[in-house]
Amino acid sequence: MLNADIIESITGKTTKKHKSRIPAKLDLLQSITGLILALFIVFHIIFESSILLGKETMYKLTMIFELEFIIEGGSPIFISILAFVIFIILIFHAFLAMRKFPNSYREYLRFRTHTKLMNHSDTNLWFIQISSGFMLFFLASIHLYIMMTQPQNIGPFASSDRIYSDVMWPMYLMLLVSVVLHAGVGIYRLIMKWGIFDGENPRKNRVKTKKIIQIVVVFYLIIGIFSLISYMKIGYDHRANYGEKYIPQMELKNEN
Amino acid sequence: MSREITIIALKYNPSDETSKPRFAEYKLPETAGMTLYIALTKIKTTIDHDLSSDFVCRAGICGACGMIINGKPRLACKTLTSEFKDGKITLLPLPTFPLIKDLSVDTGSWMKNMNIRVNSWIVSTQKTDISKFEKKIEPKVAEDIFELDRCMECGLCVASCSTAIMKENFVGAVGLNRVVRFSIDPHDERNDADFYELIGDDDGIFGCMSLLACEDHCPKNLPLQTKIAYMRRKMVMV
Ligand code: HEM
Ligand code: SF4
Ligand code: FES
Repeated sequence: MLNADIIESITGKTTKKHKSRIPAKLDLLQSITGLILALFIVFHIIFESSILLGKETMYKLTMIFELEFIIEGGSPIFISILAFVIFIILIFHAFLAMRKFPNSYREYLRFRTHTKLMNHSDTNLWFIQISSGFMLFFLASIHLYIMMTQPQNIGPFASSDRIYSDVMWPMYLMLLVSVVLHAGVGIYRLIMKWGIFDGENPRKNRVKTKKIIQIVVVFYLIIGIFSLISYMKIGYDHRANYGEKYIPQMELKNEN
Repeated sequence: MSREITIIALKYNPSDETSKPRFAEYKLPETAGMTLYIALTKIKTTIDHDLSSDFVCRAGICGACGMIINGKPRLACKTLTSEFKDGKITLLPLPTFPLIKDLSVDTGSWMKNMNIRVNSWIVSTQKTDISKFEKKIEPKVAEDIFELDRCMECGLCVASCSTAIMKENFVGAVGLNRVVRFSIDPHDERNDADFYELIGDDDGIFGCMSLLACEDHCPKNLPLQTKIAYMRRKMVMV
């Protein structure tokens, strides 16, 4: 064991005789990992909702992510790698954010009665954040594990079969709601926490920020739910041919 | 036309072994412009001599009368009973501070410890010569300092903070506000690393979860969100 660690754990001072800078780094990293995940979600849900524009659009987008424009035919391995990187960031973020959970009966009781009595909107939002964060521990892990291990099964039919025939839709519905709420509240908190848009009139900007984020959250919930319905419908129509992959329009034309 | 109002107050004396925590209910006629200070005084003089609550200035200046009023941390002397349409008002002592009795809590000792903990004073190597004027500072800076100095240590920011509710050692918005006040004062010679020694941990600035209940309940409307964010940005750069 490092002598420096022993000294700090006993005296509360580092060997340089000052307080550790680690808590500062952890606070910053918690925000940075949260920001990366939130930005990822912002794009991910848009791409995933391409199914609303039709099977062909979703197929083409999938191929872009498989780097078809570089490698002939594309390769799903890049999706595996992306999922793995996001998984690592997620684990790290959860590890850091976990420190904030109420962690005893007394803490939980005091927190919950206090928030219920006070009914203060931003404190209520934090309760949504820790609850959705807790759900994401499980839901995001399930989703990411499947994406890491079966990246080839992403496409208009493969995804729809997973959602409908493999009965993954309840999981996806919970994942959608929890991740959109969590990311929305998280971004709001980030902006307040670091005073990013304080400007000339911070109080007015806080109200504005909240309004804008509310609108974005509702927008994402709507496109998310509609695309889930869309995958369900495709999956239902395709149930007899479960497992069959989508054949893009171009190839069909060539065959004829 | 005056209506009857109902005041429900938590009663408990921790230093009396026979005392059991309970809610007491008082009914009294509302008078014009009645504040909770007036209502509580009325109860104490006519219904229950044993009820305890604190007041000094009765004018929203001293910060002694903070309590939880229908769930919200507020000053009793600045709260009109007419605000509550159903005429029912529930009063609790502020959490996060040691309970003295009923609605009376010891914010004083808490604030004293906080001030010592964050070294809430000017640190300077200059010898003060009281026969001369103080070093001049920019009017804008002076204004900023006076703004933060308006804090009256009522403790409502602490009582409204979920972090403080859960973590007993959390320094609270009031403490962070003190640090910002001295960090912007040109008379003070401390640098950011010195302030980091006082608040650079999870009981200090990094414990704050930005729930902003402090900002929303401070009766002096201090700019706590921006000042805490400012200090956080400084402290992560140390
Ligand atoms: C894709 C998934 C996720 C996204 C987009 C995301 C995003 C964010 C963001 C932007 C923040 C604000 C950061 C800050 O205040 O410094 C945050 C905070 C938080 N996250 Fe996540 N997060 C995700 C997953 C998780 C998971 C799996 C957990 C489970 C432990 C979690 C728990 C929390 C908690 C408890 C906070 C509040 C921390 C605090 O108040 O200081 N998050 N998240
Ligand atoms: S910052 Fe505001 S709420 Fe907190 S103690 Fe000072 S005056 Fe009271
Ligand atoms: S009695 Fe002084 S603030 Fe209420």
